[in-house]
Amino acid sequence: MVKRPDKKGRFGPYGGRYVPETVIASLDELESFYKKAKRDKKFKTELNNFFRDFIGRPSPLYFAERLTEYLDGPKVYFKREDCNHTGAHKINNTVGQILLAKYMGKKRIIAETGAGQHGLATATVCARFGFECIVYMGEEDLHRQKPNVEKMELLGAKVVPVLSGSRTLKDATSEALRDWVTNIRDTFYIIGSVVGPHPYPMLVRDFQSVIGIETKRDFKKRYNRLPDKIIACVGGGSNAMGIFDAFINENNVKLIGVEAAGHGLHTKQHAAPLAKGKPGVLHGSFSYLVFDKDGQVILPHSISAGLDYPGIGPEHSYLHDIKRVKYESVTDKQALDAFKLVSKLEGIIPALESSHALAYLIKDKKKFKKNEHIVVCMSGRGDKDLGIILKNEK
Amino acid sequence: MKNRITTYLDSLGKKKLLVPYFTAGFPTMGMTLQYIKAAECAGCDFVEIGIPFSDPLADGPEIQYASKVALDNKTTLNQIFELTQKVRKHSEIPLLFMGYYNPFLAVGVKKFLQKTADSKVDGLIIPDLPIDESTEIRNLADKQNISMTYLVAPTTEKKRIQTINNLTTGFVYAVTVTGVTGSGKKFSPETDKYLKMLQKSLNHRFVAGFGVSSPADAKRLAKYSDGVVIGSKLIKIIREAKTQKSSVTDIEKFLTGVRKSLS
Ligand SMILES: Cc1ncc(COP(=O)(O)O)c(C=O)c1O
Repeated sequence: MVKRPDKKGRFGPYGGRYVPETVIASLDELESFYKKAKRDKKFKTELNNFFRDFIGRPSPLYFAERLTEYLDGPKVYFKREDCNHTGAHKINNTVGQILLAKYMGKKRIIAETGAGQHGLATATVCARFGFECIVYMGEEDLHRQKPNVEKMELLGAKVVPVLSGSRTLKDATSEALRDWVTNIRDTFYIIGSVVGPHPYPMLVRDFQSVIGIETKRDFKKRYNRLPDKIIACVGGGSNAMGIFDAFINENNVKLIGVEAAGHGLHTKQHAAPLAKGKPGVLHGSFSYLVFDKDGQVILPHSISAGLDYPGIGPEHSYLHDIKRVKYESVTDKQALDAFKLVSKLEGIIPALESSHALAYLIKDKKKFKKNEHIVVCMSGRGDKDLGIILKNEK
Repeated sequence: MKNRITTYLDSLGKKKLLVPYFTAGFPTMGMTLQYIKAAECAGCDFVEIGIPFSDPLADGPEIQYASKVALDNKTTLNQIFELTQKVRKHSEIPLLFMGYYNPFLAVGVKKFLQKTADSKVDGLIIPDLPIDESTEIRNLADKQNISMTYLVAPTTEKKRIQTINNLTTGFVYAVTVTGVTGSGKKFSPETDKYLKMLQKSLNHRFVAGFGVSSPADAKRLAKYSDGVVIGSKLIKIIREAKTQKSSVTDIEKFLTGVRKSLS
């Protein structure tokens, strides 16, 4: 497959830079620094050292024996991003971006967060580098992901509640962009997923691609073959792009992305732009998006704060259109069931986001062949979600 | 037919431009129509009609608020096209749509521009559509004789300013400060320097906007530009008015004051 994205930051028709003029110069600057950094031995060494000693990479590839027995068909493996420092894949990207910020001499860092995992990962690297950190978080998410808020504050970050719109990830992202436009000269915006204007979707994917590179290498080494299928949940799509990227040209490996169907695709309460949206523009790029006939963005819903977003990264839109990745969806209820089942069977409490990927496997186990090898991206751990789970038990 | 904006600019002479912005449907569509009339009485040159959007990421709190009220009132694009047709019944004041790109995509860019032309609107300003992404809409706008106003910012590089200059039809919009609309940032000697640089670089007329909130601001910025855009301040006046009725006189009084400061 050709190099993605092209020179204009396009994945097929998707991507681009739909942003206020004020930030164009900074995107150019970021792109040129990133190009240089990619070729710079010192940058690479520093990144790899942080991956190893700070995050704890490589993350394990785990054979889920009891889940495999339960399913009585496919063999299931977890790529354990939940074992990373701070508990999710998000830290891979924030380590990469903070190193770029350091090289660019920018010491004021801003970020948006939904589940709080990206905010936490950003606060963590800011503490490590001694940079100022401001995290925008929707008020609704502040409540549902409280433990992460407390951790961010402990790490020295300022968490700013966002009260506009749905008070979730969408509005936190808009507010972070407003801050960026205002403080553009000294601020680095660490975007948390493969979304936003070029070069962010490319850069975030590249920093996350370590997930797939390790999976491929370890699977080959251990089983002398590649997996048949890879399943990942898709919010903005960074853990999915991270694990897919190394396999895009391996046509025998089927790639499956799982969107959040919320209360169901037949309702309006979902967060499934590929299933129910059309191409549109939000937060800097052209990609699938859920909006009404006048172009107003429809408030999404998902029980999982990290998937509660009306859009998706542009590369996913492209991979969807060319059918390289198959996108499916699961409901809140199915994700909750998977959350509980996997906790009990494997002694691993998955994040509600990752539970969507697991639910796709569990909800209809007949669709998988006997002895198929399936890797699920365990994008994060579920400690942060206990509040939501307990509330749902009531 | 000639475009009202370019026709107006051709005979402008030394007069400074005063361009108010109103969010369509805030607080109601009927009131928006009255504000446009009041603006014309106050001697404004063009009117920007804001198309409310659910996610106005280049806007500060005032315009965010106005957009939200307009959308809560179920303001639709069709009502906005009807509004401008109503304006045209009694006025030839040049009108521009200021709106984010997604509503254009939702309707279809070609159809949107057809409707813009049909409802006798003369120009477009799309804050999240920089030159690099606007080839399609520019070509269609050209065919419909609709002018494209692009923004330049204090961060825009020299070479890029030239490209923006070359692609603009009508006038250029100079964002005065790095920030969102209604920015409370003070104008500084840097602002003057930036505007003077634009005077040298652009061969189009250009207006200065973002954070203009008084006759004194307007006067200061117009010294090194061709006029000003005022948005957030007008929303604020409307919000602070005693009644909806008095908001119309408040707007007219304020804009009359700004007009005086510009002469
Ligand atoms: C554990 C976990 N998985 C997945 C996501 C979704 O993001 P993405 O689709 O970018 O991987 C999040 C976002 O907060 C998360 O915390």
